Amino acid sequence: MAVVFKLPDLGENIESAQVVSIVAAVGDYVAAEQTLIEVETDKAVTDVPSPIAGRLLEIAVSVGDKLSVGDIIARIDESAGGDQAAAEPGATPAAETAPPAEPAATDSEAGSPAGRHGGESGAPRAGDTDADADTAQPPSASGERSWSEQVVVAPPASDRAVPAAPSVRKFAREIGVDISQVTGSGPAGRISIDDVKAFSRHTPAGAARGAARKALPDFSKWGEIERQSMSNVRRKTALQMESGWQAPHVTLHDKADVTALEQFRQQFKAQVEQAGGKLTITSMLLRVVASALRKFPELNCSIDMAQQEIIYKKYVNVGVAADTPRGLLVPVILNADQKTVTQLSVELTEMAARARAGKLSLEEMTGGTFTLTNLGGIGIGHFTPIINDPEVAILGVGRGNYEPVYVDGQWQPRLMMPLSLSFDHRIVDGAGGARFLRWIVAAIEQPLLLAMEG
Amino acid sequence: MTDKHTKTQLLVLGGGPGGYPAAFLAADLGREVTLVDAKPNPGGICLFEGCIPSKTLLHVAKLLNETADASKMGLTFQRPVLDLEQLRSFKNGVVGRLTGGLGTLKSKRKINFVRGHGTIASPHTLVVERQDGGRETIEFEQLIIATGSSPTRLPFIDYTSPHVWDSTAALELREIPPRLLVIGGGYIGMEMGTVYAALGAQVTVVESLGSIIAAADPDLVVPVFQAARKRFRDVLVDTKVTEVTPQSDGMHVKLLGLDLDEPTRVFDKILVSVGRRPNSQGIGLENTAVEVDAQGFIRTDHQRRTAEPHIFAIGDVAGEPMLAHKASYEGRVAAEVIAGKPAAYDPKCIPAVVFTDPELAWVGLTETEARNRNVPFKIAAFPWSAAGRATSLDRNDGLTKMIVDPNNELILGIGIVGVGAGELIAEGALAIEMGCTITDLRMTVHAHPTLSETVMESAEVYHGHSAHYIPRR
Repeated sequence: MAVVFKLPDLGENIESAQVVSIVAAVGDYVAAEQTLIEVETDKAVTDVPSPIAGRLLEIAVSVGDKLSVGDIIARIDESAGGDQAAAEPGATPAAETAPPAEPAATDSEAGSPAGRHGGESGAPRAGDTDADADTAQPPSASGERSWSEQVVVAPPASDRAVPAAPSVRKFAREIGVDISQVTGSGPAGRISIDDVKAFSRHTPAGAARGAARKALPDFSKWGEIERQSMSNVRRKTALQMESGWQAPHVTLHDKADVTALEQFRQQFKAQVEQAGGKLTITSMLLRVVASALRKFPELNCSIDMAQQEIIYKKYVNVGVAADTPRGLLVPVILNADQKTVTQLSVELTEMAARARAGKLSLEEMTGGTFTLTNLGGIGIGHFTPIINDPEVAILGVGRGNYEPVYVDGQWQPRLMMPLSLSFDHRIVDGAGGARFLRWIVAAIEQPLLLAMEG
Repeated sequence: MTDKHTKTQLLVLGGGPGGYPAAFLAADLGREVTLVDAKPNPGGICLFEGCIPSKTLLHVAKLLNETADASKMGLTFQRPVLDLEQLRSFKNGVVGRLTGGLGTLKSKRKINFVRGHGTIASPHTLVVERQDGGRETIEFEQLIIATGSSPTRLPFIDYTSPHVWDSTAALELREIPPRLLVIGGGYIGMEMGTVYAALGAQVTVVESLGSIIAAADPDLVVPVFQAARKRFRDVLVDTKVTEVTPQSDGMHVKLLGLDLDEPTRVFDKILVSVGRRPNSQGIGLENTAVEVDAQGFIRTDHQRRTAEPHIFAIGDVAGEPMLAHKASYEGRVAAEVIAGKPAAYDPKCIPAVVFTDPELAWVGLTETEARNRNVPFKIAAFPWSAAGRATSLDRNDGLTKMIVDPNNELILGIGIVGVGAGELIAEGALAIEMGCTITDLRMTVHAHPTLSETVMESAEVYHGHSAHYIPRR
């Protein structure tokens, strides 16, 4: 029996994923848990394993396709498997021919699935004579997959008669809202376009599709343009910045004398390297910031405006923004306040490497209570970082430069590092933010303060 | 003739009221389209041998009936003289004008029209046996199957006999048979019976179910039934035809039913109208993964996509109701989906109209369906005996009825019987699509004196205060 395998729920809050490679080939016998495709979700690349064993009849996606949970990925002939695992299809595959749930994408590069190399787990292949060729095509396709240009929209989630005009239903379909989920504000629960917009604004999926945004001008009037779809990381970053921007920001600038810290770093660099990490200003700052957050809990909280409450966190998890080929990723160092500088250096080095390789899991990028962002490596001094919602503060680190500083009655060259603290004025006042930043500067300059107070 | 090999982006197989709107819209949306049909122009059964010619003849029947009934208004006409040839050519002229117009519209859209019979040879090719004797293989990226339906045949009837007609033959208007038997009292049988009765035939309708037009609510069928009994020789329900034997004096037909005074009757012509079947056989579906259900309908999803993602099916071949306007809507959905738009087939209702005299029309849920499905409902009906406009027309044989959700007053269905019901039902379709409540209909001012007021007044009945009608309690 052919089982339709749909994109399973990939974890909390993941709405969509982009196909980065197709691992299994049509015609392959796949084992349960064998990787079929790799998708890039919000900030991570994840394997999508087959839920069952069987012969792969069709891969319904192409590299570049954007998938939503519930989209059909593949059809697998269960009866052809002969594997014990086939008896336990698990929760995700749906043995129905219901169509996919969200817009499937339209990438023109959808032609030949790249990186096919089936049989990783040694599962036997169909007609083993021609292992590397495209032994099979989807049953319908003659190479071209122009049908993938079709926008597949969700069937109504229920048969419930929805009191909404055809134009309203069309609008909902176009912005990807399931009309049967919308509560109508009109008589007899009639749903208006405004109701759909309101619903869309309160669901991330809707927001992601840019419902109810101001129309853009026709830029092509002024010259040549090119439209490109956002990568998942770009989209997620855009949404994250947009929601972070809603907080009323204050940014304070200061400079810390890191002359001694840099000497310390040079001194212990090799030792930390032996432990498997790289001793950096960031990893040392991480430790300072973690202590500061324990001392200033209002910088380590979140705001619940709906409940008019402040949520204090009794843990300190610091995110560190990383510039990767995929875009901005923020791996989170858990319980940074309980780790040594060496431990933090090792962990940060390892996480940064995985971030660049796209191998971070979503869990490793969630749960932060504060974020550190360093543009010093690119030569920037002060800047105004944007709070990583739902956190309430972020510390930006700039490039350290030798400056003449008047110390003990004379001018001395000191290595001065710019620091920029942005915080949410709803919860942190200017004075509170200033004290926090001053404490960090003091702790950098007088590391003993950490032992005394942190 | 040499085989020709061509390529097209979108191939539409069948040029009826599903296929041609799909082809037209797809072309308008920038697709390069090839349309294959056996007829000289787009139009299909609907225009060539269905809706349009039958409505032309029904208009003539209405004229005949109205003039015949006018004497009580003090207006007596001479007995009309029927020039059958002229009527036939008028009807053919109507068909010619409409289908010729579609041919022009097709050409203006630069749609490649291939006349012939197409068979799907593989998931991406179709072979056309062209009308001109040639053979053409067309390679397509996408296909819309719109092959329609054909009359269902009864096994014990010899269809080669010139005395046996299907709806197509009846519409050819070859002659007015003195005695016509119509097997099947559905909408086609009742409409063609109406035409031939008005043109002078003695019409007998035999229906195996307990009612003519069985899909409609019984109270709405009553005026149609009464009118047919008046104009036809006989309307026999719960009756079956068991045997048809041609003899020198006509077709001897054996009937099986209750209280039949003559179980064997003789007719000059027999029209078989016992339903239609989807044309899913003989078009090469076996060369694709397209799936067909037990009734022969092609299985599609809510975007009218078949099991082959690049093949779509619309219209009669894709499922009930087998109505032209449903096919057209599906055709537009399929064309939009193919053009990359997020379209879906999601109408809340499809109106149905029977063009008898009086007309019978309904949309949304019928009372019978609501009852069978245990849907909570409340009925509000307004009899046309209380409608001024109906009285002025001397056509009080009508009823307008609302099926309403008592919890929120949403309109679930509307049924109308009476002259012009086919036009009036549009308001019901709009009301349901827009999610109107019965209050919305009641508070919408309707022009006086019109038959459309019966919609407003039935809404008033729902709230218990119609000016012109006090329902029995």
